[in-house]
Amino acid sequence: MTAKLYTGAEMVVKALSALEVKYLFGYPGGSVLDIYDALFQQDDVEHVLVRHEQAATHMADGYARATGEVGYVLATSGPGATNCVTGIATAYMDSIPMVVLAGQVPTTLIGDDAFQETDIVGCSRPIVKHSFNCRRLEDIPNIIAQAAYIAKTGRPGPVVVELPKDILMPTHKAAFNIELDVQMRSYNPTVKGHPKQIKKAVKTIANAERLVVYSGGGIVLANAAELLTELVETLDAPVTNTLMGLGGISGTHKNFIGMLGMHGSLEANKTMANADVILALGARFDDRVTNNVKKFCPNATIIHVDIDPTSISKTINAHVPVVGLVDIVIEQLLAELKETNFQKNEAALKQWWQQIEGWRSVNSVSYVPPAEGGKIKPQQVVEAMYKITNGEAYVCSDVGQHQMFAAQYYPFAKPRQWINSGGLGTMGFGFPAAMGVKMAFPDSHVICITGDGSIQMNIQELSTCMQYGIPVKIISLNNRSLGMVRQWQDMVYGGRHSSSYMESLPDFVKLAEAYGHVGMQINTLDELDSKLEQAFAMKDRLVFVDVLVDEKEHVYPMQIRLGAIDDMWIKKGDKA
Amino acid sequence: MRRILAILLENEPGSLSRIVGLFSQRAFNIETLTVAPTDDPSLSRITIATVGDDKVLEQIVKQVNKLIDVIKITDLTERAHVERELVLVKVLAMNDKSRTEVKRIADIFRGAIIDIGKQIYTIELTGDADKIAAFIKTLSYETEIVEVVRSGCVGIARGEKALKV
Repeated sequence: MTAKLYTGAEMVVKALSALEVKYLFGYPGGSVLDIYDALFQQDDVEHVLVRHEQAATHMADGYARATGEVGYVLATSGPGATNCVTGIATAYMDSIPMVVLAGQVPTTLIGDDAFQETDIVGCSRPIVKHSFNCRRLEDIPNIIAQAAYIAKTGRPGPVVVELPKDILMPTHKAAFNIELDVQMRSYNPTVKGHPKQIKKAVKTIANAERLVVYSGGGIVLANAAELLTELVETLDAPVTNTLMGLGGISGTHKNFIGMLGMHGSLEANKTMANADVILALGARFDDRVTNNVKKFCPNATIIHVDIDPTSISKTINAHVPVVGLVDIVIEQLLAELKETNFQKNEAALKQWWQQIEGWRSVNSVSYVPPAEGGKIKPQQVVEAMYKITNGEAYVCSDVGQHQMFAAQYYPFAKPRQWINSGGLGTMGFGFPAAMGVKMAFPDSHVICITGDGSIQMNIQELSTCMQYGIPVKIISLNNRSLGMVRQWQDMVYGGRHSSSYMESLPDFVKLAEAYGHVGMQINTLDELDSKLEQAFAMKDRLVFVDVLVDEKEHVYPMQIRLGAIDDMWIKKGDKA
Repeated sequence: MRRILAILLENEPGSLSRIVGLFSQRAFNIETLTVAPTDDPSLSRITIATVGDDKVLEQIVKQVNKLIDVIKITDLTERAHVERELVLVKVLAMNDKSRTEVKRIADIFRGAIIDIGKQIYTIELTGDADKIAAFIKTLSYETEIVEVVRSGCVGIARGEKALKV
């Protein structure tokens, strides 16, 4: 009996189904019409039609961040593929597993500047973990399997697969063979930390008098939150999270000293600056954390655990580098602590925590409530949001002041609850990301926290939400300004608001209604709680909540440019 | 400091562009670059001569290693190695005197004259970067250099140590 033969397009869909792909986010076009035809004739993989390919990448990204699985995107050649570039870069910077299937003109036309031809592999080369130029239909299944494997293992990241039209068409058929257990001689990421380095790390930890645990997005990606909590409790150490690491330990845990970095808490940055040992777990000493690297914690011994060797000693030299998956390395550290009969240095800890409590008592993450009848403060909206959702919502953020307010005022209890574009800072990310999350968890509250600037960068997806019934809650902190730009202009550019003022905002309520959703506006503090409650009570409706907030509010605390990690403005004109 | 890196990678379309792209993207230097398949046609070997301090070099090695296509990378300059580069030099050889001088210099450097035109000699020479520089300089004292083409360096570790799968 001869094996059944398949077209390239059928192979694409069959490979996705073999990988148990649930959703494929995409937009059709000439070069991928055969794949769309194959999708039409099956039920395994559900295609979600977006209104712009960038949104497809962010939806897949949000889905991946919330579930830990790979997100899948399908786009046509040329503009379809180039529209994905921002989304690919966003996923790359935050190490999100994603596979982008991009159409291409037929192999016979490649290089001829054919209609809708761009070299998407070339365009995306600096922002992908890897990419494939698929040229033979027999290779399609294994290339897709390899793409998925590369995307999700080691340090996760986006992978692009280019599929020319002629290998997808019904004129050519071949047998379908797929190897799901991928083996590659050139790609074998390290998993376990080197035993010698583990011993060295534990020795350094045991001798520390002022230890701090600095943990990042790696904890979230590796599902290592419980292990991190166990380690922190074993050591009774203070722990700070990066913007990407929030939820890696509960935001209300007694050892948690807040986010660090540019808009981190004073206690987090002070603790870092005064520590004698920094245990960095799945964090990469980003410039938004370190401030001036030349002044960064000169007296600390740094233990740096990361899956990616290039992250170690890239910006800050590590004294004890450990390459490995952070969950496995924490297990190794815990085992070695037990093995060496680790005892806490109670006296040193007591002194250290006393010092930290001193910084904490400054209460640096705080704001002045408005006077009677004054404009709503943006922070109050986040606090109300936290209260109404019991702190259990998935909060997907756009980029700007609202992002920082959400990070500061919504203490996340669990990893994957906080979804934002930390590395690339992509405005327009939040809404489609929230849609991806809501598709993964339809029974949970999913919030898109945004502003009047960011929301307009992917607002066309209101239409997608109507088509598929995706009832996210959009909470827009409307300050009639590009708030973060305006803040910098106030602080650094003499208050000259160059192009940071939005003079012709749409009526967001009517806009939401035009798409068939519910729109509401909140103007005063006394209606904040009740209207938000109403919005969240409408479980099956997308509600766009346009909250008019005080446009003069700045995000504080804030690191002073070119200073040390703990050189901060606490509030206007008040340095730490 | 000058370093010579040897990279073994999958001989796939796009592999070379990923290496070159990485160097420009991260502002690393490339002094010379050579690439060819090895005895195993599924593998390519790239030799890159670069300059940078220890911190930059550590990043180069790690970043190259991170590319999915790359199987191994080694810094040949870390230990004993042999380095060779091929150069072809076209010079004016207008009269007896210059022809004799060019021939003499080629012999001293153990080069070979591989083509002769009416007024032109073309010489082939292999050696490390220093030898080639000295050769070109010496030639320039005696005659006019018309054209120079260098292959970029290749290198191999001395002794048992080998870069292979």
